[in-house]
Amino acid sequence: MGFFQELLHKSRMKSPWLIHFDCGSCNGCDIEVLACLTPVYDVERFGVLNIGNPKHADILVVSGTVNPRNAKVLKNIYDQMPEPKAVIAIGACGTSGGVFREAYNVLGGVDKVIPVDVYVPGCPSKPEAIIDGVVLALEKLKVRKPEKDTEPLVADLKKAREFYENREERQVTG
Amino acid sequence: MATIVPFGPQHPVLPEPLHLRLVLEDEIVKEALPTLGYVHRGLETLASIRDMDQMVQIVERVCGICSCIHAHTYCMCIEGLMGIEVPKRADYLRVIWSELHRMHSHLLWLGLLADAFGMESMFMHAWRIRERVMDVLEATAGNRVIISVNKIGGVRRDMSPDQLRWVLQVADELEKELDLIKPVLTNDYSVKKRTVGVGVLTYQQAYELGAAGPQLRGSGVAQDIRMTGYGAYKYIDFAPVVEKDGDSWARTMVRFRELYQSIDIVRQLVSSIPDGELAAKVKGKPMGEIACRSEQPRGELMYYVKATGDKYLDRVRIRTPTFANVPPLLVMLPGCEMADVPIIALSIDPCISCTER
Repeated sequence: MGFFQELLHKSRMKSPWLIHFDCGSCNGCDIEVLACLTPVYDVERFGVLNIGNPKHADILVVSGTVNPRNAKVLKNIYDQMPEPKAVIAIGACGTSGGVFREAYNVLGGVDKVIPVDVYVPGCPSKPEAIIDGVVLALEKLKVRKPEKDTEPLVADLKKAREFYENREERQVTG
Repeated sequence: MATIVPFGPQHPVLPEPLHLRLVLEDEIVKEALPTLGYVHRGLETLASIRDMDQMVQIVERVCGICSCIHAHTYCMCIEGLMGIEVPKRADYLRVIWSELHRMHSHLLWLGLLADAFGMESMFMHAWRIRERVMDVLEATAGNRVIISVNKIGGVRRDMSPDQLRWVLQVADELEKELDLIKPVLTNDYSVKKRTVGVGVLTYQQAYELGAAGPQLRGSGVAQDIRMTGYGAYKYIDFAPVVEKDGDSWARTMVRFRELYQSIDIVRQLVSSIPDGELAAKVKGKPMGEIACRSEQPRGELMYYVKATGDKYLDRVRIRTPTFANVPPLLVMLPGCEMADVPIIALSIDPCISCTER
């Protein structure tokens, strides 16, 4: 790997740029993503910037359920992002469809359309969990492999992680 | 020659997927064609597979910003059908939480508007103040955004006397913080340059097109559904905030003055909150038809519920304020400059997830 590539990689790890797309969310997660940028949480001190152009972004933050109409837009934004890239699905809706999973215009979570690297559970996810999700997404970007052969990660505080790991057990016991 | 420029669905100014096709001639907008449906989930049909208690959680997720008011209105409908008398303390608590939601919604909007005309520092300050309200919501209800305090017949949670005192203290601090922002909003040259005379909606237009909420009051129509006295609003004293000009500046000032009004309402409620039960007992199933109205941060919200005495409700219909505010937006846009489109679109405080449900 050349010097220039090494520099790019290092800069990306130090200052990841996000793009946020609301994909049929109830706004709850969107305002929590925005709240991360504001003085109380202030992710800009870690070099995380929220930008509007998918061509400049490293990490795609998606909140909400996917429906046939916005699936095209989501795929379009994902395809426009340069490699390497990571996708974070925010909230219960983004991970599985949440309370809307049985509604007629809902296909399900974000992973129905694009590969997801990090799941952030919660309805809505707390800003702390979203920041943790971005940190986990950076772990993914560190691997430097364009193909997605690794298992997706789940961001949250410790409790949420256990919650996700025991999900099959919970389904059996109801 | 006319050019068509797409605005949205993914746009840095709006966190939500609103899509407008702008027909431009040079820099002037000639026509705006909206495209909706990016956030449509079809949650009204979930009433056929979720019973009436579970629907409270569904309607809260119509919109994350004013979830408490959605649940409140839905509960009013069911309580009206079943003839349930809500305890007075529950009414007070519901309205305290609703007004806290209104405050955080207006501060959020103020930040987004400031961001739209490039005033990053105002965005940061508005959201910093908003975090105080979020702290109150988290401490009293257990979650920051969707607080899930309403249930049919009353509320799930109580506020202790300590918490109520703390709410008053936070209200005082909020007022001080708002006094610090106020001179910037009212005197700053660049704020006025971007908002005064931009997106004018006259009294007649606002009335005829059926605008709602601050949009309507910014054009001089004194209509506030809270004046009908639902919930605990009948026990307190307030008047609708009205501005005459009908431009983006007037709508900004309506919302800014409503922040002070909400603080005042919270003070009145907390100082006179009675003791008593939190929820009435609910027995049986609802039957009949009912429509209830309430005032969201964005305007008039209407719920229509039809029940047949079955386990599931027959029909739940939700009419949200942004749905009423889109036609006025399409009247305001033609004739404006391309650079003013984000400000005019934001000045109606669009909530697309409400509109499309």
